[in-house]
Amino acid sequence: MEPFTILRSRAVSVLLDDIDTDMLFPAQFCKTLETTGLGQYLFARERYPEYNPAAADFPLNQPEHAGAQILVSGRNFGCGSSREHAVWALNDYGFRCIVAESFSDILYANCFKNGMLPVVLPREDVDALAELTRTSPGTEFTVDLFEQTVTAGELGPLRFSIEPHRRHMLLEGLDEVGLTLARAAAIEAYETSHFRDQPWLVRSQTTAD
Amino acid sequence: MPRTLYEKIWESHVVEERPDGSALLYIDRHLAYEITSPQAFAALRTAGRTVRRPELTLAVADHGVPTLGCRSQPLTDPGSRMQVETLQANCAEFGITYIPVSDERQGIVHVIGPEQGFTLPGATIVCGDSHTSTHGAFGALAFGIGTSEVEHVLATQTLVQVRSKNLRVQIDGELPRGVAAKDLALAIMAKLGPHGATGHVVEYCGSTVESLSMEGRMTLCNMSIEAGARAGLVAPDETTFAWLKGRPMAPKGSHWDAAVKFWSTLRSDEGAHFDRTVAIDASSLAPWVTWGTRPSQGGGVTGRVPRPEDATSEADAAAISRALSYMNLEPGTPLTDIRIDRVFIGSCTNSRLEDLRAAAAVARKGRVADGVRAIVVPGSGLVRRAAEEEGLDRIFQQAGFEWRLPGCSMCVAVNGDQVEPGMRCASTSNRNFEGRQGPGARTHLMSPAMAAAAALAGRITDVRDYL
Repeated sequence: MEPFTILRSRAVSVLLDDIDTDMLFPAQFCKTLETTGLGQYLFARERYPEYNPAAADFPLNQPEHAGAQILVSGRNFGCGSSREHAVWALNDYGFRCIVAESFSDILYANCFKNGMLPVVLPREDVDALAELTRTSPGTEFTVDLFEQTVTAGELGPLRFSIEPHRRHMLLEGLDEVGLTLARAAAIEAYETSHFRDQPWLVRSQTTAD
Repeated sequence: MPRTLYEKIWESHVVEERPDGSALLYIDRHLAYEITSPQAFAALRTAGRTVRRPELTLAVADHGVPTLGCRSQPLTDPGSRMQVETLQANCAEFGITYIPVSDERQGIVHVIGPEQGFTLPGATIVCGDSHTSTHGAFGALAFGIGTSEVEHVLATQTLVQVRSKNLRVQIDGELPRGVAAKDLALAIMAKLGPHGATGHVVEYCGSTVESLSMEGRMTLCNMSIEAGARAGLVAPDETTFAWLKGRPMAPKGSHWDAAVKFWSTLRSDEGAHFDRTVAIDASSLAPWVTWGTRPSQGGGVTGRVPRPEDATSEADAAAISRALSYMNLEPGTPLTDIRIDRVFIGSCTNSRLEDLRAAAAVARKGRVADGVRAIVVPGSGLVRRAAEEEGLDRIFQQAGFEWRLPGCSMCVAVNGDQVEPGMRCASTSNRNFEGRQGPGARTHLMSPAMAAAAALAGRITDVRDYL
């Protein structure tokens, strides 16, 4: 996975609270076996006039926001369904970083698996950043994962916190499955004692199915 | 030191703790279905990895499976057909137990897990679906994960996790007549809000919870994610053990006895620390219905659509305005004046035998109103058969409801069952998000009995008038 270190880009804001993964990626587009090429479905019900008569006003459709790699949003971003399609679509569309007041637990975790950085900032900072994307859409934002800061125009550096293991994974672009597989001996030792303590949890393919 | 139920299950599943605060957590049970698993299997294949313990995963197709037609024929929708065939092929390749679409045990993943006894108290259970919280009704630590984590579980039987906080929802009092677990769940959502439990595992405690059936507890835990909770939990008790005993994949003989002895210790200790406690008086509740586009946006059926200006904050006022605009509702309208076009009784929230019995008890009192189309979708083939053995199918059909084959159906609307644009649906599912039941669809969440009453009345109505 490509490491995430310092991102410099314009930003766009969709400043709603509780944006759910159905809004990010409607279920009808989930009939896929792919993780790529899904950006076309991102916010589909907002972006396309066949679903939304006011689609032209949707921030992602405004030409001054084209190419933005940072999305600014409100509270509880990505609530609802666990579908990682929402993150694959955000990623495929070009976003590498989401700045929000808060995230749903599942979407937050999904971001890291795809080399994307979710940044939590206090509401007043989110509001100020969102305002900047509207009044001065050409402003370059800098998201620095080493320093754990967001800077944009006169704003910042705004410091954010992040769990150390997640920061490490992103900075190094590590493959979590590979790292865990290297712990096979520890997993095996755990299994031995776990299934001795709770032998009813053992399942064999041949019984009871 | 006294521990919560969550802490007990967590601590007994830690493979190793890391200095950075994360932990490698062992996963006892994994459920897979056709929409969120194919990319995980593909990633395994690309990396040349295997499934560590195939017997700890159980797979079934549910989201895209049609509820009409013949189950022995291939699916007609090309996308769903491709996903179902891919799931079957992946399970065959990696040695995973797969319940075919034509099998009577097929059904919604969160219905069949418990039904087969795959779900067990004290276990860690995951699935690439947010409503995995359902299994917490058995005192299992159960939570939804993304597809990358599905791959991680398949390859390693573990997940890298950080510990959640503890939130206790203390519910006491007897549920009044006409008020079910769904009403309770919706009332709790209203109290917590759509993010009120984010970062927390919720334990539901109190006399009301203790007297709930397993079906009711599953409904309650199912909705936990709608408040953002990582998981919902109910301590296992005699009700749990009686429900599980004899299930095909549940332990047998001496294993059963040892398991029950252990499971009986799975409760929060006296004095255990909860980061927050929220109390609910169940005896004061009325049948509940949502008017908005968040499960938390609802109220008692005798109430009215709220006015944005009555909101406690500017953000809430904006959320109400947006919801009412989407729902095409006028502030101040009595909820019982809202006419409905469609009725959906089903989903992992409310598609079990007890739910169908509650709906049928109302359905037998009349006929589906003119202009209303009402469907009943059992949660599994076994639920469907049990309902038919009691004659529930005939009650529904005589009243004008359609009796369908099992699946997720109109809850997520990817199998061809959907609410048409602008139509209004009384639904027993879990989400009333914009477009959830189809583009432009308007959803009112409620209990199975309330949904059946709405079908007969052609509008939202107080089910207590039918009892």
